[in-house]
Amino acid sequence: MNRTRTVLGLVGVVTLTAALAGCSGGEGEANEGAIRVAYQKTATFTAMDELMHTAKKEYEAANPGRTVELVPIEAEQDQYFTKLALMNGSPDTAPDVIYEDTFQIRSDAAAGYLQPIDDYLADWDGWELYDEGSRQAGLGDDGKTYGVSLGTDTRGLYYNKDVFEAAGLPTDWAPKSWDDILDAARTIKKASPDVVPMNIYASNVLGEATSMQGFEMLLYGTEDELLDTDSNAWVTGSKGFLDALGFYETLAKEDLGPDPAAALDANWGTKVSTELLPAGGLGIALDGSWLPSQWIEGENEWPEWHDTLGFAAMPTQDGGGDGFTSMSGGWTLAMGANADDPQAAFDFIAQALTPENALFYHQEAGQIAVRSDVAENQEYLDYNASFEFFSSLVPYTHFRPATPDYSQISSNIPVATEAVFTGQATPAEAQEQYDSALVGIVGEENTQAG
Amino acid sequence: MTAVAPRGTVARGRGPAPRPRPAGRTLTRLLPLLPAVLLLAAFMLGPIVYSLYGSLTDRAMTGPRAANPQFIGLDNYAELFASADFWNSLWLTVVFILASAVIGQNVLGMALAVLLRSSVKPLRSIVGGLVVLAWVLPEIVAAFALYAFFSTDGTLNVMLGWLGLEGTSWLYSFPLATVIIANIWRGTAFSMMVYNAALAEVPPELTEAATIDGAGAWQRFTRVTLPVIRRSISTNLLLTTLQTLGVFTLIWVMTGGGPGTQSSTLPVLAYQEAFKFAQLGYGTAIATVTLLIGAAFSVVYIRILKPEVD
Repeated sequence: MNRTRTVLGLVGVVTLTAALAGCSGGEGEANEGAIRVAYQKTATFTAMDELMHTAKKEYEAANPGRTVELVPIEAEQDQYFTKLALMNGSPDTAPDVIYEDTFQIRSDAAAGYLQPIDDYLADWDGWELYDEGSRQAGLGDDGKTYGVSLGTDTRGLYYNKDVFEAAGLPTDWAPKSWDDILDAARTIKKASPDVVPMNIYASNVLGEATSMQGFEMLLYGTEDELLDTDSNAWVTGSKGFLDALGFYETLAKEDLGPDPAAALDANWGTKVSTELLPAGGLGIALDGSWLPSQWIEGENEWPEWHDTLGFAAMPTQDGGGDGFTSMSGGWTLAMGANADDPQAAFDFIAQALTPENALFYHQEAGQIAVRSDVAENQEYLDYNASFEFFSSLVPYTHFRPATPDYSQISSNIPVATEAVFTGQATPAEAQEQYDSALVGIVGEENTQAG
Repeated sequence: MTAVAPRGTVARGRGPAPRPRPAGRTLTRLLPLLPAVLLLAAFMLGPIVYSLYGSLTDRAMTGPRAANPQFIGLDNYAELFASADFWNSLWLTVVFILASAVIGQNVLGMALAVLLRSSVKPLRSIVGGLVVLAWVLPEIVAAFALYAFFSTDGTLNVMLGWLGLEGTSWLYSFPLATVIIANIWRGTAFSMMVYNAALAEVPPELTEAATIDGAGAWQRFTRVTLPVIRRSISTNLLLTTLQTLGVFTLIWVMTGGGPGTQSSTLPVLAYQEAFKFAQLGYGTAIATVTLLIGAAFSVVYIRILKPEVD
């Protein structure tokens, strides 16, 4: 009995110590007066890290006595949002400058995490370089500007010409409908059983990547959308939603997609771009315009990418409408609501976006130019051969519904795609579940049957 | 014999004499306890009360409801109890606890303790050391190790390949079973140590007497040893259950609660709702329910296997 008590006591002491240690961390370490900058860094995305280090050096040299504290958050996209929201939850940890996805701006502005920067933009001569679309992307619900765009992106189809050749498919492939894509995938499967015919993100763990590069690339090629922009009501039970899930079901049922066990891995996105595509293990990939930037130099260098890969615009469901579709997002630099010295924080943002830095970032991160000085720069145009193709998708592109609720609603989409892709639910069941989650978030009165 | 002493104490306390102590003296005696009580209130009770309150609001991680959460009473709980995901998670949690803690860790821990007692010293040290190693590893390290073991191109499938057998994607095809095995692997050492200590306190005379009376090994174990270490069993059940109820890292790293919701126990569900779907209030409600389940298990153990006072 005594020993048991000792064990119990020990467990208690350990637990309490751990709890106390947890409370004491983090505080007192903050660098007084420093500008705290939070941004994302991953194995395949280091451009932001480089940009921030350059900007820190330049800013500190230009403002003696001032310091910049860089807080790189090493996490994939979905986890990055979570960590950022937690940092923003307390004034002690909230960053002054934030690398912020455009789709989080309205939501985070409404949450009181960001502060408007219109006054500072008015005095900044760089602002007139930005096109109208990128200015819109930084707006909050109240019409104030919260972020300065770092560039935009589009999405389309990558295909491996070697795989296509082996399957007897044309190497200047240009699908006109979903069926064309599926047919190509079926042909690849027959010709090369070891190759994954097509990848489209389906897993819950990839979060917004699944929503945007995957599901929405299908949905916005149907006649339906997530939000009816005329009535400003969220759409439930639409045929387009069901058909988009049906596409996932077809891939899964005919084994045209990746093995679900692999596709559900958190690092699947990295695997696709650094292993499968370069090794010829994947026929068709529906993905974002930034992929080639990592093949140009660095750890994942793949000089042959331009000869091996072909690009095709994503067709609409049956070739209707504009014939093609794409989704655009992009990221911004935004100012935290708790920035002690907003002017200093903005000065840092401006420093990060000097013409040289903007050019560097657009090139390194594979961004589609939103600034006239970058877009016209020959160095930029020559840097990456895919820029031309992905820029040509801009006329077909769609933007995610920019409401404060979007990020919450969007996180329910991967639940539906994963359920269908893994065979746990039929498209109809998955849609029903999404609809009920949607109603839970926005309320019955803000929805309409599609 | 054990019950007499406490009853006596109670009788003395309630009797007319001696007279109740003056309030001032009682206060003085309680004074040294004050810091402990305050610490407990601040670090244990505080968060619990605050999370109880949080579960009655619609607070979100971002968006307007992050800035101005509303008090919504029991709506979160109503929604929770109407949700199929919740009942699924509750069921998974119960299975996870029963299989990995109550049966796995306890039975295996006991078996190891018994077997090691009767084995030679070097073997005892080696096996004991190995088992304890699993327990000493930080949870996140253990989780990654087990992920590497069970993943499709992981150690297990490589070893099966040597035997000419074809593996499968364990984490995908049998998510709950793999996390149960992982938790047993990780937690058995604790049970083993508790039982080791308990077995050492079984008086040898009792066992010897039973042997002389003609009891076999199994009978000695069930009729003598088990009743004697009953209190340790109860304590151990309680601790392993509570520990398992809170397991998050292991499951999160290995399966992420998936595929779909096939391994999302209540802590995973709470995390998903609070941080992935940004519904902090709703997630807190799930955490509160988890707390109550822990309390319920504790009450059951204490009642059924009431540790008698010596």
